[in-house]
Order: sequence, then C-alpha cells, then structure tokens
Amino acid sequence: MKKLITTVALFALALTPIVSAQATPSEDKAALRDYFKKSLPGKNLDDFINGVYALDDDARSQWEEIEEFPPYEIALEKGADLWDKKFKNGKSFESCFGDISKVRAKYPYHDEAKDTIVTLEGDINKCLTDNGEKPFKWKKGNMAAVSAHIAYAGRGQKIHVQPKTEKAIAWYNKGKTFFYAKRGQLNLSCADCHVYNAGRKARGDLLSPMLGHPSHFPVFRSKWGSMGTLHRRYGGCNKNVRAKPFKAQSDEYKALEYFQAAMADGMELNGPGARK
Amino acid sequence: MAKSTIKLRTKEKKGKIQVKALITHPMETGLRKNKKTGEKIPAQYITDLVVTANDKPVMTAEWSGSVSKNPFISFKYAGSKSDSVTLTWKDNTGKSDSLTKKIGEK
Repeated sequence: MKKLITTVALFALALTPIVSAQATPSEDKAALRDYFKKSLPGKNLDDFINGVYALDDDARSQWEEIEEFPPYEIALEKGADLWDKKFKNGKSFESCFGDISKVRAKYPYHDEAKDTIVTLEGDINKCLTDNGEKPFKWKKGNMAAVSAHIAYAGRGQKIHVQPKTEKAIAWYNKGKTFFYAKRGQLNLSCADCHVYNAGRKARGDLLSPMLGHPSHFPVFRSKWGSMGTLHRRYGGCNKNVRAKPFKAQSDEYKALEYFQAAMADGMELNGPGARK
Repeated sequence: MAKSTIKLRTKEKKGKIQVKALITHPMETGLRKNKKTGEKIPAQYITDLVVTANDKPVMTAEWSGSVSKNPFISFKYAGSKSDSVTLTWKDNTGKSDSLTKKIGEK
C-alpha cells in the first residue's frame, strides 16, 4: 500500500509542470486583494480608490467637505486653459490625444515595439515636443495642471492594465521588485507601509493601502499647497525613508507605476484627488 | 474681461447663507528666498477681506502672511435667498479684486 501511494505521489509530482519563479500579474492581483480583504475587512474594491478616507470616518467627513469646493479647482482651470490653447503651429493637445474623456484610461501602457512604459505625463510632453513646443517639467505646475484636467475628464472609467507579453511582464516584475525591496536609511520598502502596515499610523498620518493608489493622481496635496504628479509623490516617499529619489519618469518609477496600475486593474479612476 | 482671482459659491440652508470662497493669491510672507538668487521674495499677501450682502458687511477679515497660498474661507450668515453677495480683497501691495454673486449662482 505504502509503495503504491509513493509511486502515485512521485508520478503526480513528475507530471506537475515546473512552476515559474514569479507569479503572474493576475495571481498577484488576486493575492493582494485577498490580503486586504482580510486585513481591512468590510470594504468594497472601489472603496480603496479613496485611500485613507476609506479607512477613517472622521478624516472622510473632513475630506468630503473639502471635495464640495476642492482646492484643485484652480489647477483644473489652468489645465483646461492649457488644453485649449493652440500651439504655435496651430495644433493643440486635442490633435495628439483626441477625445479627452478617453485619454486617462489609456495610461500607463506598455509599448511593445519600443519596449518601454508610456505614461500620461510622458505623452503630454511628447505632444509638446512633437509640435515644436517646450516640454513641461515633470512634477508640478503646468504638467500637473494638464494631467489634472485630463484625469477629471476621465473620471469614472476603469483602469485597464493587464501585462500579457513577456516584455510587459518584465517591466511589471521590475516594478514589483521595486515595490517590495527595502531602501533608504530607514530600510523600508513601499510594502512595509502600504501593505503590511496599511491602516496603521506613521506618526500623525494614516498609511494608505497600496490597492488603487494610482487611481486618484495627479493629486493636490495640502502639504505641497499645489498639484503634483504620481512621480512627484514617489520621489517624496523615497525621501521619507531617506533614500535618494529617482528622477520623475525614470525607468524605475515608470515600472513602479505600471506595477501599481496592474494591481489596480479594473478599479475606477477618480482623479484628481485632494489629500493631506 | 480679466479672469477673477475669486471663486465664490453660496448656498441657502434653513435661513442661513453658506458662503465659500477660493481665492487665487500667492500669499508670500516676504521671508522666502529665491533658490537661485538667494534674495528674499517680496511679501505679497492679502491684508483685508470684506464680504457684503446687499452692500452690508457680513464678514471682515484682517490677514497677514501666516495665511496659506490660495486661501479658502467658509462661513455662514443670517440672510435670504435673494441676497447679492460681494467678496473684496486687498493686499499689501495695493492690488485688489472683487466678485459679486447672487445666492446659488454658479
């Protein structure tokens, strides 16, 4: 009997395909959502697009009051003006992007031919340089304003990022490794705060769960007193753990954005956001 | 017509008028330094703010550099739906701006 069981077991094992070293994006997505379902119970998937305001009722009521007359309105107006303004050659952002309501949901995506990640901010500057205009700086000001205007027009649509090709998955894994790697003098990974300690406090602030992070960017942060892009926040977060930040739109941050967006696949876009 | 620096919203609720305003203004304290030249950026902040309803003041404020950039104010006063609300600000450099809205007007 024992010999039979052993033989069957060995046979089954031989038939099992060798599992790859990395899980697939959809497996990771399911595992992460399952994790938060257990660690932060009682929330729907789309609650997470509001970050900390899905976790704390008092903060939420303050945030809802702010949203009645949000501080990002000034940037939205500026963004709308920039979107409408014609370039020297007569074209405008609309010539590059088309219907504004469909723009935000396209990003980020993996360009198979060039094997790179294309971000919204990246294409905003590409549109400018393609039309002989000076590119914007990456993190605030005009860039953040145009990105906010586009995000606002795309509210309600779903994030759609599903890495399928080998090259896309390689970028995804690059971002995933970055997210889970320890860095800085404080030796913390993104996951340390935003997965394992999400919902707890770091000094005076609640740590937001990473699920849905990119949905509400660009963001008006009260601390900045202005609008900022996702990569601006990445840099700030890296500085918080006393790590040297990478440059906005660097490969590292683009991969990170791609990974985060893949984890938020299917969630609703609600940019621009207002945060502390 | 130059764009106003004031965004004004009013809402009538149970005999009280809720006034909210977002003002675009740098509110420079005069203590910040230009990162490139090292010189102090001159002070430019709102010093006086008056909100009138039908030309009668319902809120006055005296501000200084301690109020943040692009200030937001919110307050209620006892009024009626037919009121016309005007917000006027004046800053230390002599600049000023004003905006008038009827209750509930966008």
